[in-house]
Amino acid sequence: MSDPQSHRDPVPNRIHARPVPRPGRIISAIVVLVLAAMAINGLVTNTNFRWDIVWTYLRDVLVFRGIGWTLLLTAGSMLVAIVLAVTLAVMRRSDNPVMRWVSWVYIWFFRGTPIYTQLVFWGLLAVLYPRLSLGVPFGPEFFSFSTKDVISAFWLALIGLSLNEAAYLAEIVRAGLNSVDTGQTEAAKALGMKDSKILRRIVLPQAMRVIVPPTGNETISMLKTTSLVVAVPFTMDLYYTTNAMGNRLFLPVPFLVIAAIWYLVITSILMVGQHYLEQYYGRGFSTSPGGGRLGRKRRRPNKQDLIKASGTTTDPFSEVTP
Amino acid sequence: MTTPNVPAQPAGTQPAGSAASARSAATAQRPMVEIRELHKEFGSLHVLKGVDLTVTRGSVTVILGPSGSGKSTLLRCINELEDITGGSVVVDGELMGYRRDDGGTVHRLHPKVIAKQRERIGMVFQRFHLFPHMTALENVMEAPVQVRGLSKAAARTRALELLDRVGLSDRVDHYPAQLSGGQQQRVAIARALAMDPELMLFDEPTSALDPELVGEVLAVMKDLARDGMTMIVVTHEIGFAREVADHVVFMDEGVIVEEGGPQQVLDAPREQRTKDFLAHVL
Repeated sequence: MSDPQSHRDPVPNRIHARPVPRPGRIISAIVVLVLAAMAINGLVTNTNFRWDIVWTYLRDVLVFRGIGWTLLLTAGSMLVAIVLAVTLAVMRRSDNPVMRWVSWVYIWFFRGTPIYTQLVFWGLLAVLYPRLSLGVPFGPEFFSFSTKDVISAFWLALIGLSLNEAAYLAEIVRAGLNSVDTGQTEAAKALGMKDSKILRRIVLPQAMRVIVPPTGNETISMLKTTSLVVAVPFTMDLYYTTNAMGNRLFLPVPFLVIAAIWYLVITSILMVGQHYLEQYYGRGFSTSPGGGRLGRKRRRPNKQDLIKASGTTTDPFSEVTP
Repeated sequence: MTTPNVPAQPAGTQPAGSAASARSAATAQRPMVEIRELHKEFGSLHVLKGVDLTVTRGSVTVILGPSGSGKSTLLRCINELEDITGGSVVVDGELMGYRRDDGGTVHRLHPKVIAKQRERIGMVFQRFHLFPHMTALENVMEAPVQVRGLSKAAARTRALELLDRVGLSDRVDHYPAQLSGGQQQRVAIARALAMDPELMLFDEPTSALDPELVGEVLAVMKDLARDGMTMIVVTHEIGFAREVADHVVFMDEGVIVEEGGPQQVLDAPREQRTKDFLAHVL
């Protein structure tokens, strides 16, 4: 900057024009702001919400225990669902018609019935199948156990949530796998890579770019779906806990507010995590400078990045000639 | 399926490139590629209608022809990206994709064995097909580490050498999207070379490039040819064929119309179809 040359404008005839007047923008902004202020005022000043109770019980130990179980259910069932979904998606693309058919029927069934109904059935597992056993199919048993002694309500809730979620995620994963150019598979084949390796090293990492955003959406959705596990019944999650506390004190409303606040807080944290995951799997595609590896040093933006960052070209894949 | 005299040796017994020096004189005489009566159908579409082609070790073969003539399909049949409908493709004495047992029955090879066969054959595509989620260096390291089981350090050293050879030592940490087309194609060539192939297939390597970037890719290919790499190149670059090719093949409608030395095919074609084609592209 000390160089006097750099102060000279490289565009000698730079245009300094007045912008087009847009009074509509200002008016609409004022209207929306007034409406928003009214809504917030209506929330804060309304004594029916009992903000004093909300504040007192917001950090109650029972509430925190509920948050813990809700997070455990969300994370656990998403983890199981993701593994199952990748398996189902690969089966859907298999050359083996039995695999394709089984995957299709699974998705058809678990997407086609309500999650609440499924959870009730999982709760009835011990009634429907009092004893579970390991052995030769249609043959002798090696080992059997009482269902209700071994599988607790938590595990039934987790199984119920994850099997349902896997059906949705499988479609997301399939769309992701299909989004990867077949040339990628061919190039990997030509290098002598085996199919399993091509999937793991080449296709899946690229599919993740398409898979991560809707999966983040599904995780947020799952966080709130855990409030249905009372159907099993599993009664330690955030929603049931706050609801029970509210009923005990004959003050249901502030406890609903507490539940809503915590669900919002967790969702916000998940959104931040999703942002970083998207950035990581967008490496090599990202148009923003520094997009790429987590924690990697930011690289100086190149010419293409700068043109794209200006926002006047909309297609992220097009190469722009300046 | 026609039955050429294919040695009924089990697949996977071929020595890797490192053992090349131990080859007997007889092996050195053996053609790198022998294609006999090759037919390829896509459903009802008959694309290759009986192609015979021999590629000698260390030679550069350029395949010319109008689009739709089956040039790319022929190339893709050599490394089994397409499974052939009839005939045989033998690379370095090994029947590709199939095995013939003592009774003469033909068996399709297991995909893992086919993957093994492809290791010896490098391929460069028209649209580069670099792995976009990996840097140039990672692209070149991928196959040696994942397929050969080479250590990351060794693969890295070799990859840096290869990227230097194609003139990209200052671009190793760039992602493909940050490279020009010519640079991407040179990375793709380095990626193929990282597996120490005995044969390189080029499928219109300069067709997707801006005119001013064609030269840098052709220069790398000429350098490879000088080093004695066996190459089969599908291209429209007549100048490259004239300068580098040992053997020029002109294809049309799924058959080889004419083949021979570059002077003969390019300057004194015998067939009318070759003359018409050359009149269009020159």
